[in-house]
Amino acid sequence: MLFLPGNTPNMLINGDTLGADTAIFDLEDAVSPDEKDAARILVRNALKYQDFSGCEVVVRINPTDTEFWKKDLDAVIPLKPDMIMPTKVSGGGMIREVSAYIGQVEERSGIEKGSVKILPLIETALGVEKAFDIASSDGRVAGLFLGGEDFTADMHCKRTKEGQEIFYARTRLVCAARACGIEAYDTPFTDVEDMEGLRTDTEFAKSLGFAGKAVISPRHVDIVNEVFSPTEAEIEYAHDVMDAIEEGKRQGKGVISLRGKMIDAPIVKRARQVLEMEQAIYGGGCR
Amino acid sequence: MKILKNAVAGTLESSDLFIQIEPDDTELVLEIDSVVANQYMDAIRGAVLETLKEFDVSTGKIFIKDKGALDCVIRARMETALKRGGVEKE
Repeated sequence: MLFLPGNTPNMLINGDTLGADTAIFDLEDAVSPDEKDAARILVRNALKYQDFSGCEVVVRINPTDTEFWKKDLDAVIPLKPDMIMPTKVSGGGMIREVSAYIGQVEERSGIEKGSVKILPLIETALGVEKAFDIASSDGRVAGLFLGGEDFTADMHCKRTKEGQEIFYARTRLVCAARACGIEAYDTPFTDVEDMEGLRTDTEFAKSLGFAGKAVISPRHVDIVNEVFSPTEAEIEYAHDVMDAIEEGKRQGKGVISLRGKMIDAPIVKRARQVLEMEQAIYGGGCR
Repeated sequence: MKILKNAVAGTLESSDLFIQIEPDDTELVLEIDSVVANQYMDAIRGAVLETLKEFDVSTGKIFIKDKGALDCVIRARMETALKRGGVEKE
């Protein structure tokens, strides 16, 4: 998931060619207050005239305690971005407020109600504590997204590369998201030059259960994609698991084993997830 | 509609353009300086004039320095400049 500053045409118009699965057009922090109007119009036009069919499009809007967020939604909802990212979300009420307004704009624009999903950006201590409330607040919520920089500022602690200070927030978000059957996405690694640090941080995020990770530089896209994509061995094993299950069914076996290990429900579930990713990334057929 | 006050929009970065507009009650002055003038001057001029028409603006001074902006960027920056200059779509 690549953040792109909303008022920078050079990056915006190439949003779908930089390798990320998702382009996040940023109308918030990347845009100074006196350029909010310009960025809003530019992002709207980019969505209107450019073809972003190669990637998912998310628009990060301004916080609900500013004068900008409704204008942001008025401009972009008629162009049907995949998701809206409200910022500094600290409870389900904020999501319901944003969702209700999205619904009004959808209705006004003649697009199907509920088409645009919400990806809340959780970046405050209160937001982390209310992660489940946020995740379960509205049918539009498609995932939870952790913002580590603002979160650590709110926690009065220093943001480090090791990330101990956001460990609790990470696990809490993943758990809340999974409990609601949605995805969780990790905060960006902000040192653009440190590729090893990025890999370590991304591998750790994956190990916690995150489905993806945001990046602030196109240079980080490849490593994050690589870490979050299943390996050839994982894909091969997932196919073997599903084959063994089918074979077991044919033979009427109750207990099935593969390579000397019993295949239980969690192993099948994980194999299905790997095959779903194989389908999403490679269109299947890697075997 | 008329341009009511001086306004600017855009930047001089690559793929962008910088627009300055000023009120003028009598005529339309349009000056475009573009790094891709040889290939795309007609298209740039067309996008600017169409945006002016959309906002029903027929007079004013418009100065543009283009750094290779796409059509959708030209239209966005024109709209921003016009709105900042006091022009609203009816």
